[in-house]
Amino acid sequence: MSEQIVAPLPGTFYRKPAPDAAPFKSEGDDVAVGDVIGLIEVMKNFHEVKAEKAGKITAFHLENEDAVMAGQPIATLD
Amino acid sequence: MAKILIANRGEIAVRVIRAARELGHGTVLAHSMADADSLAARLADERVEIGPPQASKSYLKVDALIEAAKASGATAVHPGYGFLAENAGFAEAVAAAGLVWIGPAAETIRMMGDKVAAREAAKAAGVPTVPGSEGAVGSLDEALGIAGGAGFPVMIKAAAGGGGRGIRIARDRAELERAWPQASAEAKAAFGDGALYVEKLIERARHVEVQVLGDGASVVHLFERECSVQRRRQKVWEEAPAAALPAPTRAELCRSAAALAASVSYRGAGTLEYLYDDASGAFYFIEMNTRIQVEHPVTEMVTGIDLVREQIRVCLGEPLRFAQGDIALSGHAIEVRLNAEDPAKDFMPFPGVVSGLTLPGGPGVRFDGMLYPGYAIPPFYDSLLGKLIVWDESRAAAITRLARALDELSIEGVPTTRALHAALARDAEMQAGTVHTTWLEGWLERHAAALAEGGEKAN
Repeated sequence: MSEQIVAPLPGTFYRKPAPDAAPFKSEGDDVAVGDVIGLIEVMKNFHEVKAEKAGKITAFHLENEDAVMAGQPIATLD
Repeated sequence: MAKILIANRGEIAVRVIRAARELGHGTVLAHSMADADSLAARLADERVEIGPPQASKSYLKVDALIEAAKASGATAVHPGYGFLAENAGFAEAVAAAGLVWIGPAAETIRMMGDKVAAREAAKAAGVPTVPGSEGAVGSLDEALGIAGGAGFPVMIKAAAGGGGRGIRIARDRAELERAWPQASAEAKAAFGDGALYVEKLIERARHVEVQVLGDGASVVHLFERECSVQRRRQKVWEEAPAAALPAPTRAELCRSAAALAASVSYRGAGTLEYLYDDASGAFYFIEMNTRIQVEHPVTEMVTGIDLVREQIRVCLGEPLRFAQGDIALSGHAIEVRLNAEDPAKDFMPFPGVVSGLTLPGGPGVRFDGMLYPGYAIPPFYDSLLGKLIVWDESRAAAITRLARALDELSIEGVPTTRALHAALARDAEMQAGTVHTTWLEGWLERHAAALAEGGEKAN
């Protein structure tokens, strides 16, 4: 049963904690409840996006620094 | 007449369009995809889309902006504030494209943007700087000598630090002796560079700043502003003049700023920032901003001079229209920043749709903003929505008028900082003006419960 992780807020999505750092999570990675999968920058404030269910990430729907709307799917979990 | 490309957004883009239109110049707004429906886009004569919403892909893209200027037939570029306004490379690219840069020469931006060079320029012009070392300090003995000369307490700053990181405070010789080796080791570990500076710590300082205007040959000052009320180093409430300054200090401060700007043949509008020490009555230059500032309207209200219009005039080649003696202070002005932030929730920013809008009016009230009913505030930029500015004959009267105007103001659909300002306007310390640059943070802690209950009850 696949699950979508959706953006809780609109803004700019970041897949990594810093420009020269590795991504928080990649396709194929397992995630636990509470794992950070990315950041959303809203008016210069950063919010962590966390997994609310455990599973394996089968797809990321956003690239680093993509604009995102609230409710837009970020990743699919299996 | 000129055709001015505005390389910015929000309330300052609106402000520049208004000034350009009054001067008879055409306007082209360079905007991101997220700002196609902005008030500035509605007001500009022409619009050019320069890229996706994120500033790094639009408002910070030099090539896209130069391209937009050329494609639209613009003859000049106004950078506003923030984004590329103090980017010497952008100023050079504008000039290289044969366009007029509404700002100082690129070399002036570069020099005043370099802390060491700016400090040297200040010293050469006889402007006091914060006492301390002239560069990296080689040894503890040298540090003790400098601290002895400057007077304790001192700050030990990592040369490679910044934004408040890598700073330690020493209140006497013993503390400096203890802190020095730790600070050096930490700086080396954190920044890969153990070099340290020593600087006098000015406690309970006020932030005062002097507005200057130059045409490349002569410079005038337009008196000072006080912006001590800050949260996390962001200005929240600004005034002109600085009521705490004795008249002789004001005269000397403003004279020093004009002398420093003249020494670099300044062109355009600029601001010299100082710390003012209430206890000693001394002031110290910290840095210069080579652009128009957010809080410029308070200066306009107390001098009667339209700074953005004059900035455009001098940068397009007109000589200054004022001698120093023509500029006089009248009354008192206050600006408060209305941000899309919730004071009840630790100032969390909140983009959303402005479902209703009532702006205040009446004598001495001005609103510089970017709002209209139905406007969807994009999440990609800073949270400033607008600025409420009031003028009255005295500071006390201006605060009363501000409270009245804030009561009339209503921005529906998104939380704003309106209630914070309404509470500050009714605060006894604020009314007495006994503030300094960390005063608001203490005030917010003391009033956290009232703010959290809901802004409307915060006072």
